[in-house]
Amino acid sequence: MSRPEEISPPEIFYGDDEARKYTSNSRIQAIQSQMTERAIELLALPEDQPAFLLDIGCGSGLSGELLDEAGHYWVGMDISPSMLAEVALEREVEGDLFLQDIGQGFGFRPGTFDGAISISVLQWLLNADTSSHSPPQRLTRFFTTLHSALRNPSRAVFQFYPSSDDQVHLITQSAQRAGFGGGIVVDYPNSKKARKMYLCLMVGHQEVPRGLEGEEEVSRREGVRNETRRKKERNKIVGGKKRKEESGKEWVMKKKELYRIRGKEGVPRDSKYTARKRRVQF
Amino acid sequence: MLVSILSLFSSPQFRENCTSNNFPLVFSEVELVVRPVPENQEFLKRFLPKLEWRALVETARSLGNESLPLIQPETLTDDQLKALHHVLLELHVEQGNMTCKGCGHVYPISNGIPNMLLAEHEVGR
Ligand SMILES: C[S@@+](CC[C@H](N)C(=O)[O-])C[C@H]1O[C@@H](n2cnc3c(N)ncnc32)[C@H](O)[C@@H]1O
Repeated sequence: MSRPEEISPPEIFYGDDEARKYTSNSRIQAIQSQMTERAIELLALPEDQPAFLLDIGCGSGLSGELLDEAGHYWVGMDISPSMLAEVALEREVEGDLFLQDIGQGFGFRPGTFDGAISISVLQWLLNADTSSHSPPQRLTRFFTTLHSALRNPSRAVFQFYPSSDDQVHLITQSAQRAGFGGGIVVDYPNSKKARKMYLCLMVGHQEVPRGLEGEEEVSRREGVRNETRRKKERNKIVGGKKRKEESGKEWVMKKKELYRIRGKEGVPRDSKYTARKRRVQF
Repeated sequence: MLVSILSLFSSPQFRENCTSNNFPLVFSEVELVVRPVPENQEFLKRFLPKLEWRALVETARSLGNESLPLIQPETLTDDQLKALHHVLLELHVEQGNMTCKGCGHVYPISNGIPNMLLAEHEVGR
């Protein structure tokens, strides 16, 4: 099977149809949010503070939603108008969205962001979509301007799908030249299914975190344990946007209330069915 | 939204040959909306040092919001914090243009999304 980035440029590949299909696919939702959780963990942000973050290649906001939930403010960049305008806006994500090609670099004031995440995006920068595109040049431009937009100290965590070791090498090398420390973190390196690669970049001197060990079965259990720990930690945070662990229902009620304050039309009225799990129908 | 717009461009050369006088971007032909979000003083206090007060106030005034004083007060009153929250996080430019004073380039905003795409030959170095 070919990789999407080899089929067509991102803004074409993620047209209206694909953007919708991508976002409503429950398997994709689950995987993206799992990887986002891990990326947020690797960011290692100070616990009790709402941060200002960048979501690079934010798409329809699957990753950004978790930043909302963790009480952070974020700016999302993406090159696909369909992902942004058709899907992210429809889903009312909270972040500020920009239509931007990350290979052209950022223009943010130095030290603006407390951190950055990027989920399943970086591999797109390795493809030259036009004859004027040079992947090494675009990577350099991207990493240099990102480095300056981040504050010292901070981190940028990228989950990505390289297609070769050469690609990994090219990416880490350009990041280093741009001034970043850090390196590659591989979770579950021995499991074919659960193996995931994260590029964990650092501004200022910091130690590289370790990957999660073990096979998938073990790792699942491990994952659950990490999850409860993480949730406990998150509960401790105070003063953010959404602090307490909320039940699905509370969350839905809050969102609905927000929409009502904003005068959105057609917000369903609350009933005993609100936020109930739907039975899966075949 | 202004929280991110006011984070754009001071010295980095985003667009080729655009190196000076490129902050803040100037709005024109705007259509505004207000989207209430819960207040978070902690975030505001942490963001304040990164902010150029005068640029914030001038931008807010250009959008018809006069709630903030031109000179930055040493400590903000509760009312001023409320006003700051409103201007930075609740006020959104749905449609309009942002013009760079330095190079004259216009970045259009549609559906609240600024279009920052450059032609290949315009990309900075
Ligand atoms: C697999 S999706 C991931 C979206 C989102 N991060 C998530 O986890 O659901 C990849 C995204 O990268 C974006 N992308 C690819 N190349 C890009 C570029 N050069 N600049 C900005 N975004 C890009 C695509 O438009 C697409 O939305």
